[in-house]
Parts: sequence; C-alpha cells; structure tokens
Amino acid sequence: MFETLTERLNKTFRNLAGFGKLNEENIQPALREIRVALLEADVHFRVVKSFLENVKKRALGSEVLESVTPADQFVKVVRDELARTLGAEEPPPELRKNPAGPTRILLCGLQGAGKTTAAAKLAHLLGKSALVALDLKRPGAVEQLRVMAEKVQATFLPPADPSDVRLSARKALEEGRAFEHLIFDTAGRLQIDEELMEELVEVAGIVKPDEIVLVLDAMTGQEALNVAETFHKRVPLTALMLTKTDGDARGGAALSIRHVTGIPIKWIGTGERPDAIESFHPERFADRILGMGDVVSLVERAERLTDTKKVESLTKRMLRDGLDLELFLEQMREMRKMGPLTELLSLLPGGGNLAPMAAGSEEELKRFESMILSMTPRERRHPDIIDHSRKRRIARGSGVRTEEVSRMLKQFRKVRGMLGAFTGGKKGNGILRQFFS
Amino acid sequence: MLTLAGRLRRGLEKTRKKMSAVIDVAVGRGLFDDAAAEQIEEALIEADIGPEIALRLVEDVREWVRSAGGGVTAETVREKIEMDIAEILRGSGSGRSEEIPPNGNHSSEQPRVTILVGVNGSGKTTTAAKLAAQAAARGSRVLLGAADTFRAAAIDQLRVWAERIGCEFVAQDQGADPAAVAFDAVQAGKSRGCDEVFIDTAGRLHTQTNLMAELEKVIRVLGKIKPPDHCFLTLDATTGRNGLQQITTFSRSLPVDGLIVTKLDGSARAGVVVEAVERLKIPVRYVGVGETVEDLMPFDPEAFARELVRTE
Repeated sequence: MFETLTERLNKTFRNLAGFGKLNEENIQPALREIRVALLEADVHFRVVKSFLENVKKRALGSEVLESVTPADQFVKVVRDELARTLGAEEPPPELRKNPAGPTRILLCGLQGAGKTTAAAKLAHLLGKSALVALDLKRPGAVEQLRVMAEKVQATFLPPADPSDVRLSARKALEEGRAFEHLIFDTAGRLQIDEELMEELVEVAGIVKPDEIVLVLDAMTGQEALNVAETFHKRVPLTALMLTKTDGDARGGAALSIRHVTGIPIKWIGTGERPDAIESFHPERFADRILGMGDVVSLVERAERLTDTKKVESLTKRMLRDGLDLELFLEQMREMRKMGPLTELLSLLPGGGNLAPMAAGSEEELKRFESMILSMTPRERRHPDIIDHSRKRRIARGSGVRTEEVSRMLKQFRKVRGMLGAFTGGKKGNGILRQFFS
Repeated sequence: MLTLAGRLRRGLEKTRKKMSAVIDVAVGRGLFDDAAAEQIEEALIEADIGPEIALRLVEDVREWVRSAGGGVTAETVREKIEMDIAEILRGSGSGRSEEIPPNGNHSSEQPRVTILVGVNGSGKTTTAAKLAAQAAARGSRVLLGAADTFRAAAIDQLRVWAERIGCEFVAQDQGADPAAVAFDAVQAGKSRGCDEVFIDTAGRLHTQTNLMAELEKVIRVLGKIKPPDHCFLTLDATTGRNGLQQITTFSRSLPVDGLIVTKLDGSARAGVVVEAVERLKIPVRYVGVGETVEDLMPFDPEAFARELVRTE
C-alpha cells in the first residue's frame, strides 16, 4: 500500500538507464517521483519546488562520470542536496552557552509536541540542570515535570505563583542562579493564539534565553513551516528539536523549516525514555526523508537495545547445548526488543521491499512465543518428545490450531539444522564455535 | 482582548481565505488551464490532503469543466471540490455520532464503554475528559478510567478533570497494568450504575509493537467483562502524511470504529483524514476545535470540506 521511495526510484532508474547522460528531458520522470516522495514525507510544497530546481541545476551541471549510471548519479545529487539543505556542510551546531551564569534554554511549541519530555531529556543530556515549570495551563503539567526531573536527577523549580507565568519566570531566574543550565518548560500554544504568543514574547523578554528551542513533532504536516515561521517572527528561535522520530514519520517538516528559516536542528527525540535524545545528523536524516535506509541508526539501535552480554551468553549456551526452544524463545525476544521487524527492515537499504513480507512474520513470532510458553520446561528443552497429544495440548493452551504447532516445530528444526551446519554440530568445529572460542 | 471564539474564527479565516484566494486567482480568467489546476493542486496539498488525492480532485474538476463546456467560475470550482471531498468523507458513514450505530460489539447492557487510543500528544486525555463532561451534561452517570499508567502525572491530569466534571474516577498507581485499570473501571462502572465509562490510555507510536500488544491485551481483558462499545483513535490536526500509517496500524490491531480529529482550531486542516477515510473506511466521529468542553463537536463532512476549500 505504501510504496517506498526506493521502490519508486528503482522504477524510474530502470527507465533512466540507457540514456547515458542526464538531460532536461530524461530527468523529468525522476524529478516527478522525488516530488511525490518529498510531499509524502511532509516537506512543504513550496520548499519542494525550490529544492527540485536546485537538484535539476546540479544534476544537469554535474560531470558525467564514466563509472556510474545516470540513475546512481541522480540519486547522489538528490541525497547530497538534501543533506546540504539540512546543514551537512556546516559544523554541527553546538549549545549556545552563557559564559556568565546559567545557560538559559526556553522550550516552546504547539500542544502535544513533547516539550515536557524534551525538557527532561535535555536536562539528562546536559547535566547540572534545573527544570523550570512554566506550563501552568495543562492540568498535571507541573507534576509531570516534577516527576521527570526526579527521573533524570535534575533539580525541579516549581512555579512561584501557579497563576502567574511572568512572576514564576522571574523567581526561577533568581533561584536558579547556581545551576549550569536552566531549562524552561512552557505551555503548548497555537501560533495563531495572539494572547498566548504575546505571553511567550514577554516570558522570553524576562528570561533572556541563550537558546529558544522550537519543539516540533516529527509527524507534523505541511503546517509545520507556518508554525515555525510564526514562532520565529515572535521569538527568535535558535534551535529546532524534532520529537517522536522513533516512529515511521519521514520528518520532512525539518527540511522545510531549515530551508526557509535556517534554524539549525540540534536534537532529535528517539523514544519515551529520558535518555532517548540524540544530536542531529544531516546525512542520516536525508536518507530517512528519502526512505533510503539508515544502516548506522540500525546498528546503533541494535547496540543500545540488545543486551550484548545476554546475547553472548545465549550464543555460548547454544554452542554448548545446541538450540532448544527455550533459547529459541529468548533469541526471538532479544530480536523483538529492537523494534518491529517491518521497521527494522525499512532501515536497511532496499529493505522497504521486504517490509510487507515481514508484517506476516511479526504476527508469526508472536504466535511462536505463545506456543512455546504453553509448553512444559521439559518440552522446551527436548522438543523431540512432543508427540501428537502434546501438540494438541499446546495448541489448546496457546489458542492456535494443532497444525500450527507442527509447522512451528518444523521451522524450529530447520533453523536448528542450519545452525548445526554453521556451528559444526554439537561437538563439531563449526565456524561460529571457532569464532567464539 | 479577543474571545476564544473570536480568535478561533480569525485563525480559520486566514487559512480559508488563502485557499479560496488561490482558487479565485486561478480561475479568475474563466479558464481552467494547467496553471489553474496546478495552483489548486498545491493549495490542496498544503491542507495535507496528499499529492495523490489532490491530483485526482483537480483532474475531476478539469473533466467536469470540459463536459460542462466551459463557463467556469471560482465559485463553481470551489463547490465542486467541496462536494467531492464531502462525498469521500460521507462514504464511510462519517457524520454526526448520534446517527452512527455503534460497532458490532455494542450491547444494550450498561455502561457504554468507550476507549481512547492514539499516538503521544494527540489529545487522548483531554478528549476523554470532554466526552465525559458532555455525557455528564446530558444527564448520564459517567466514569473516567485512567489507564494511562505510563506518562508521569497523566493520572493527576485526568483526576483534575474528573473533579471538575464531578464524575466517578477509577485509577491505580503509575506503572500499574493498564488492562487491570480498564477492567476495574468497567467493573466499577457496572456496580455504581454508570451509563458511560470513558477510558484514557497511554499514548504510543504505532510502530511500537510491544505497546500495541499491550493495548490489544486491554481490549481482550475488557472482553471478559464487557467489550468496548467504541474504540476511538485521536489524531492531531497538524499531523501530516504519517496520519495514514497511524490509522492503518492502530486499526489493524484494535477494533477502531471512529476517528477524533483534535486541535482543529489551529491553522492545520487535517486533510490527511480524507485519504484515511477513503482507504480504511473508518468514520470521523468528532472534531476538537478549542479548549472548552463544547469545542469537541460532532463531525460534519460538509462543514469540514467547506473549511478546506472556501470562504464564508
């Protein structure tokens, strides 16, 4: 249903192949594909227009290299241009520090963008921070920040007067003098809400922030540009933080905002936990917008989420005792920690083609798990004892049909067989065993 | 100082004028040429309708102008597009919620159970509270269940609402099993003779398999006491094309029988629901257009389409 850009471009490239050289005419279909892809990635339509103009100029002006096909060359131009627009040619943006006293960071944005969570994440990342609660509108917001502050071991500064944002801001400045970073969480507001925008301007006037960060949901559509421009007009934004990038939104809004306003994207939020914050990488994000796969992120995620010690001990156990269903289950669980298979596959170049196939196996993994959980420990360790009546019992326990239990066992034996060849069997001298010994 | 309604109107007007002005200029010369088509297409894309449907809508207008033999005005083009969009939205039975039969699970047995799901920050808690407040205002006996046991202070946020509304409230500690809270809420609703139970859940991205499984469990566990009559998915109006993925994934795992578009009082138009409704046949039930309880309004396809393309 959702054709990835990789798939679409592959088609265009097939058509492009054989032209020999890029010209005004033969790049039109590819440009159209890129246009749709960028629009589907939520890049603003005006930005798409001017971006494509740049791509066209660069593509036509580029030297034709003997070694690459026109298609490859075209992709490279698009990716480079995307990365360049996102700031790849500039040094990575750093926190604007205040040499004399605490560095003051003011967060603002629409309701539900993730400001409170972002505030806690920044405190965690920067350390030696105090979190200032200036969202006095949403019920529970102050309490949320207090709890989050505790989690990241930051100091929490409650509002001096819960009905007066300006006074609370002033008091917090006095109280927070000794900290290295003062992070101000504000109420979510619509950029067209004149009254609340005026309040933000006044708060910024009081706090005199070193950083004014627009917190923006990565899923935001065409409106993102308008939002950023309006906020920027009222309070001079110094940074963008893109939240909820652990979903599958392409995040084209970041490109629009960067392209039009030049505001650097400094951080991205990558999950619900307070440590799920990363600095922004233009190249990786360019690939994300294009849906071209992001191998580095995948590796990083794998490293972060899989318990390496556990994987190691699992592997050792497997080499020593051979694969049984207990291990099989644990390995599946480790794998699933990294996220849905479909999502993992989409991070791989060309993996978009595989993702629809994996959607089925995701379900299957879940069923496997429930079947294994319906077995006795002895059955898990010695799957070969599972006869028909045991199968029937397992099927009843896990809510599947008996044939499915048989199929699962068959698949397990296949995996065990493959591993056997690879590890050289229980006592053999397989490749893996040599590798781990 | 402007009233909230005044501010809201002003915000909406700005966007409406923009789209409308585009059509006026594009069709101003009484022609529907490529330039006009492109400008209208872009205006539709800017409302997050998506390139595919935008192109189709514009091509339909072009065809319609051709068969009518010219004589096109900005007003007729606007009406044509508006009608086409409204038709898509109506196709799935989107309309005033009173007219829609609840999903297959509905039984006349009390209480009526509604569960709110959606991604983080899409407005579930506020929407649950507003639905509860409206039901209470209609004279129903209402209970709010706080099954968002993950987000810090989400329970407090809902408790504050319950106190304001003066309705029953069921919660456990943070970190409790949401399925257990939901079960408790329905059980309490039953024993306290409530007419309506609204259950708030933690926001989750649709890509988080474990968390989606957690919601599946909530629904499963509720089935043991009373399957939910409604499972509403909240969608932030500023959401772009990712809205499609959200709605697709949530409705694959859960018996979603309605969408609620929140925060429509901003300048975003939520055009993505047009494609979502068409593809997935899930009706829009309510729209949230402001912060007060009354600002959660039954969805009206014609009015929504009108907001997308025309001036007053």
